[in-house]
Amino acid sequence: MTVARTLYDKLWDDHLVTTRSDGQSLIYIDRHLLHEVTSPQAFEGLGLARRGLWRTETNIATADHNVPTTERELGVQGINEDIAKQQVLTLQENCERFDVELFDVTDLRQGIVHVIGPEQGLTLPGMTIVCGDSHTSTHGAFAALAQGIGTSDVEHVMATQTLAQSKAKNLRVWLEGTLPRGISTKDVVLKVIDVLTASGGSGHTIEFAGDGIANFSMEARMTLCNMAIEAGARAGLVAVDETTIDYLRGRPYAPQGERWREAVAYWRSLKSDADAAFDREVRVDLSDLAPRVTWGTSPDQSAAINGHVPETNAENRRALEYMGLKGGEPMRAIEIDRIFIGSCTNARIEDLRAAAQVLGNRKVAANVRQAMVVPGSGLVKAEAEAEGLDEVFRAAGFEWRAAGCSMCLGMNPDQLLPGERCASTSNRNFEGRQGQGGRTHLLSPAMAAAAAVAGHFTDVREYL
Amino acid sequence: MQAFTEVKGLVAPLDRANIDTDQIIPKQFLKSIKRTGFGAHLFDAWRFLDAGVLGMAPATRRTNPEFVLNEPRHRGAPILLAGENFGCGSSREHAVWALMEYGFRSVIAPSFADIFTSNCFKNGLLPVALPAQVVAALMGECQNTQGFTLAIDLEACEVRHEDGRTFAFQIKASDRQRLLQGLDEIGLSLAHASDIKSFEARHKSRFPWLFENQPCRT
Ligand code: SF4
Repeated sequence: MTVARTLYDKLWDDHLVTTRSDGQSLIYIDRHLLHEVTSPQAFEGLGLARRGLWRTETNIATADHNVPTTERELGVQGINEDIAKQQVLTLQENCERFDVELFDVTDLRQGIVHVIGPEQGLTLPGMTIVCGDSHTSTHGAFAALAQGIGTSDVEHVMATQTLAQSKAKNLRVWLEGTLPRGISTKDVVLKVIDVLTASGGSGHTIEFAGDGIANFSMEARMTLCNMAIEAGARAGLVAVDETTIDYLRGRPYAPQGERWREAVAYWRSLKSDADAAFDREVRVDLSDLAPRVTWGTSPDQSAAINGHVPETNAENRRALEYMGLKGGEPMRAIEIDRIFIGSCTNARIEDLRAAAQVLGNRKVAANVRQAMVVPGSGLVKAEAEAEGLDEVFRAAGFEWRAAGCSMCLGMNPDQLLPGERCASTSNRNFEGRQGQGGRTHLLSPAMAAAAAVAGHFTDVREYL
Repeated sequence: MQAFTEVKGLVAPLDRANIDTDQIIPKQFLKSIKRTGFGAHLFDAWRFLDAGVLGMAPATRRTNPEFVLNEPRHRGAPILLAGENFGCGSSREHAVWALMEYGFRSVIAPSFADIFTSNCFKNGLLPVALPAQVVAALMGECQNTQGFTLAIDLEACEVRHEDGRTFAFQIKASDRQRLLQGLDEIGLSLAHASDIKSFEARHKSRFPWLFENQPCRT
């Protein structure tokens, strides 16, 4: 009799190369995604040690963090800041030197690294995927074991095609029931993080399961897995079903013909066995969820839109002070200066459609200084334009930008000014994340659109 | 990597939970393509009152007198004491580089984020997890005692208090060994190159599609 295994157990077993003499396991890596910020020191280390890439074609690179979202046609020359430009040029040079394929600044396929992987079929079920970026957890939506790593590990993967690590524990987040109208996966994941806390998933791989998942699109599943890291888990997972397979069919790097059939047959096995044991289990009922907005400086500090900022206590005092909020005030009363719809959490086509649907013919409120949409990739942008979504956003008063990380972390010029308050569809509300002194509230694309129209947070269900 | 056996010295108390790597080293400094130069910008937004730009010398900056690391009595402390979930958020290894270049050799906290922990062990920074009550007690003592010191012995896996008390901590045997010897991880793994090659061949026959239709420059 075989032992029942979780999806994570299966992915682990299928990639375990050996156990090193010091007890660490070596896990084979199928895909390595690179971007300009965390790769230069790794390429440098590789060069200094006179080592090469173990398997060049598993690597793929793009520039996303530093790129400007205006005047894209200028390419690298559009980057005004010298050190930022140098970082992007360094990526180009390294990719040339080590023969790595690069979706460069002006390539239509360029975009946020976690958006382009799935879009291109570079992310496939059953793969192990790493990237020098914590939101690599996103790719787990495809039943791939996808983890963020630091720069030393980037170099390690380049040189050895493996990652040295110990196995994590299994945590299952069971989503039951059906999402009510107007509620999105962003609300779900903010609720999950609220339940688990920002460190509750540490040391675990989270599998999102339950009948609730079946109705979720791939975009929605990516939003869920993307923010697994905000609960402390390095990897999130969703089992393969027909939705996964339909999404991948015909993608440029997905297998084709006979190979496709072979692959699909294997992919269908990528789910936890019915009686597999999890170290921990958490249940969240989807049917009574409300839209959520964060009020603090950690992603686990959120409240339902019709709720209140919590009363000030020793634990939240610093966060409330930074956010310029009084304990007890209604969430709906909070006025907003800027709107950011973008990031690897919520800048896919479905996210843009949801926001545009709420906007309809409405306009951005007068007190909102700037509202912008930054599509997750050049292809998402093109698709949205083909559907006329850019016109909806522009007519409402939004700026329609080129693809990149943009104001999710403000390494490029898209930044908040000190004290500015932003309704953001990104994933981190840390102090200064979107610009020094800036105040970030996380919410769904639909909620961000509603907030843009109202000028303050409001219940999107009243706009549908 | 810098080897680590024992560190003994001043402790700096940073009594906050969920200190994320964006705070440890803010994004504007990540534009550097080097591994050095980050110590000057450790906790930049907390340490300084002016906006920081890569390469600014700390002496030319307006420091925040209220930030604990700026108190003269904590200068040169090799040990940082902090709240739970230290190092959460972004995977940026720059956070570890910044802490070490500033002078820290070890961080003591009730818990650490996973990616941060692995980054520590690649560079020779020792994360020591102690029970929350112990950290809270040490935090209070450290805040109230001028010249409060601790000793961390990696060989014995214990933290020693000046009054003779010791607090045992746990660490994976592999991490401990690598830190004690300052071993290069890539070298260790490449010793298994033939295992990797034979795994790869098996992998290719099981999952051929992972080896076809792959990205390449030409
Ligand atoms: S969009 Fe934000 S979270 Fe995602 S990879 Fe870019 S900077 Fe990181």
